[in-house]
Amino acid sequence: MAIDLRTVSITPLRQTFGHLARRMGADKPASRYIEATMDLQPVENYHYRPTWEPELDIFDTRRTAISMKDWYSLKDPRQYYYGAWTLARGKMQEVAEGDFELVDELGLAAAYPATGKDEALKVFLPLRHVAWASNLNKAYVSSYSYGIAMSQAACYASMDQLGVAQYVSRLGLAFNDLDALAEAKSAWLEGAEWQELRRYVEDLMVEKDWFEVLVAQDFALEGLLYPLIYERFNEKLNGAYSPVFSMLTRFQREWFGETTKWMDSVLKTAAADNPANKAKLVEWIRHWRERAVAALKPVATLAFGDEADAVMEEVVHNLNARAAKAGIAL
Amino acid sequence: MSNAFIAFQKNDESRCIVEAILEDNPNAMVDDQPSMVKIDVPNRLVIKRETVEEKIGRSFDLQELQLHLITISGHLDETDDEFTLSWNS
Repeated sequence: MAIDLRTVSITPLRQTFGHLARRMGADKPASRYIEATMDLQPVENYHYRPTWEPELDIFDTRRTAISMKDWYSLKDPRQYYYGAWTLARGKMQEVAEGDFELVDELGLAAAYPATGKDEALKVFLPLRHVAWASNLNKAYVSSYSYGIAMSQAACYASMDQLGVAQYVSRLGLAFNDLDALAEAKSAWLEGAEWQELRRYVEDLMVEKDWFEVLVAQDFALEGLLYPLIYERFNEKLNGAYSPVFSMLTRFQREWFGETTKWMDSVLKTAAADNPANKAKLVEWIRHWRERAVAALKPVATLAFGDEADAVMEEVVHNLNARAAKAGIAL
Repeated sequence: MSNAFIAFQKNDESRCIVEAILEDNPNAMVDDQPSMVKIDVPNRLVIKRETVEEKIGRSFDLQELQLHLITISGHLDETDDEFTLSWNS
């Protein structure tokens, strides 16, 4: 029996969803990120106004002073949709867990010099409250921002901060058990060095403009705090003691390096959209940067003593450079 | 002038690589087939790490493209930043 083999080429009728083809201007395959992001939020035919804010719609561009021709241009360069984000974080967590396990197994935390522990706990552990505040503030950005591009990335960043708070707490537990957490809490509530920082993050909890919250929390505050603690303070502890502190803060360092890309790209896109945005961003960054510097000064003094001013100056300089790169001249 | 070409299996990652190639090689011709995509460029085809990273949204090692690779033609020059196929003519 002769078998006749024939090649049949079957071309799909469409490469992607209609709304994406219209957006891209051509019917071509779209990435999972694009499919899971673009135009997903309702924009019309809202049935009810929110009872708590009847002058606005549930999703409303008027919740911020920033305006965009297209809110979906605020894309995430990391292209995180839920699946990609969980995979990336799962990987980071696995490595971080490995470090915690190793430190535990070899008794490295117990062997860390007592003076080093005191120094680390004093400066570092109250930051678990900052991370929790950051979680709340980013959750606010996620709930009230416009367009899924923004709200999904903010939601992931918010959840990331819960992770950060947990890793900070676990370092405290590794160094000095539950006492460390109790002491850090009373320092956060009563310690004079922490009150300005506490006021900063708590003021943001009642700030209405979500884009301003994002700029103040993610760019101005964390843009200074993370390099200050996870780079400079980390280097100082490593030099004086051992690299255990580095191992137990790996997650935060990696997270900041990666999230910076997103934040910078959001600023760049928003500033490039129109001059009014740029002016607003300059105003916000100036305002919150000054406040953040004032809030972090006492913490820097706690960490670096006499060198605090020089270290702060350096991290502020780097933050300004980031803004300049995003097209925002301060 | 001969074409340098490269062919990939079609998937989410190789799509980003193809986008990067199209951006960096203005003369590229795409042959889109079911489950395979072949790209021809007269004389010289270059894949730049930086462009792929931008498309794929993460850091990318050019050797990763071997995972999706079907075939190539041209002399290969591989560095950390560029993967180049070319003919000496």
